[in-house]
Amino acid sequence: MTAMIQNQESMTPAVETKMTARDVKVFYGEKQAIKGVSIDVDMDNVTAFIGPSGCGKSTFLRTLNRMNDTVASARVEGTITLDGEDIYAPSMDVVQLRARVGMVFQKPNPFPKSIYENIAYGPRIHGLAHGKADLDVIVEKSLRRAGLWDEVKDRLHDSGTALSGGQQQRLCIGRAIAVEPEVILMDEPCSALDPIATAKIEELIHELRGRYAIVIVTHNMQQAARVSQRTAFFHLGELVEYGVTSDIFTNPKAERTKDYITGRYG
Amino acid sequence: MAEHTIKAFDQEMDKLRGLIAEMGGRAESAIEKAMLALQRHDKVMAADVVAEDKRIDAIEAEVEKLAIEIIALRAPMANDLRDVIAALKIVGVVERIGDYAKNIAKRVPLIAANQRTQEPIALLPSMGQVAGEMVQDALNAFAARDADLAVAVIERDTVVDDFYNSVFRTLVTFMVENPKTISECAHLLFIAKNIERIGDHATNVAEMVYYAATGQTLPDRERGGAQAED
Repeated sequence: MTAMIQNQESMTPAVETKMTARDVKVFYGEKQAIKGVSIDVDMDNVTAFIGPSGCGKSTFLRTLNRMNDTVASARVEGTITLDGEDIYAPSMDVVQLRARVGMVFQKPNPFPKSIYENIAYGPRIHGLAHGKADLDVIVEKSLRRAGLWDEVKDRLHDSGTALSGGQQQRLCIGRAIAVEPEVILMDEPCSALDPIATAKIEELIHELRGRYAIVIVTHNMQQAARVSQRTAFFHLGELVEYGVTSDIFTNPKAERTKDYITGRYG
Repeated sequence: MAEHTIKAFDQEMDKLRGLIAEMGGRAESAIEKAMLALQRHDKVMAADVVAEDKRIDAIEAEVEKLAIEIIALRAPMANDLRDVIAALKIVGVVERIGDYAKNIAKRVPLIAANQRTQEPIALLPSMGQVAGEMVQDALNAFAARDADLAVAVIERDTVVDDFYNSVFRTLVTFMVENPKTISECAHLLFIAKNIERIGDHATNVAEMVYYAATGQTLPDRERGGAQAED
């Protein structure tokens, strides 16, 4: 265990914990990338992971829906649970897990298919829709929740890749939402977007809060301050400090957190 | 403390601290000169205090401008944010302290030379000295991020309050015994009240310094006593 500081003077205990990580360690071959991280992610608050490049925040995010399984040299130790269920248990269906814990990446990556098909694909393969009419409803609902419906409703059969970068990213969020996930992981979802498109995604995160547990990795500290209620600071593979976002940004307890968020790092 | 990766940010924060240090030095010197002018009935020195208050006001405006620029352009966080906010609030209070010193100086020519009552006048400079030191220490505490010194300033406010009560009783006694001194003693009473307010404001500055340095607000019991209203 690392000596993690809980900056949680005003953290309320009455929240529904969705995911729990305990003493999680990640190795890439010989190199240890995550050094015993324990954290709870809850339904009611957006959790932001911040930290310098190479601190392990993205690696840790990827353990939450077993994306590191695709990296041959990666090995994960410790326990991660979703609603109390061990997601690394042999009985866990990884495809099902990734439907429950969706992910949005740094670079928008719509399928080279129509807008409609981008949304419809997941529900169809997961058997969530019964017939065309059902699928139409899911597509509309998902695009509405992603804040994209009004912009694309008249061209649902145009290619998803023809949209602007910000629209593509909202399409990817809509695609993640379409399979009714419980958790949405976002890995620097705005780093390729302009400020207006970024603001739209941030507003969307606010609207989705409470319906899904949301974890966002961001390099942009102002963004973490704007969108999250809980902030976790990672450094050199350790979770240095985790607490209420307003406490972290006005009165961080750990020297390393303070140096990082005030721009004194390195 | 480690330096910011962006050097210009450090330079701006240094400039902010420098301006506040200068402002504190000028406020303290204004109090001292006002008391000296009162003691010596030196109208020229009193006029100097009034004139020099303009520089204190100018520094307040300069700090406000710089603090707003830092917030807009640097987006300060954590202790930097607390420092900038504290600076913004402190200059407002120190400006008021400067005004009190100016008010004291303005009363000097109003007390006629031939009617001066020496005993209470002799009490006031020591009171002014304590208040002036509180102002200086509060601002030194800001420069040094010294929470302990800030607490010491707050504790000293009771000394000024006790002085005020003592001066008040003395002046009332004088006025009762010799009604001819009422006009003069009334001026001295206002001066004593101004000094007492300077002590209260120095206490407020010290509370802001404590917050900037620690991120915590002081519990009520550690605040200075008798906070008279304006």
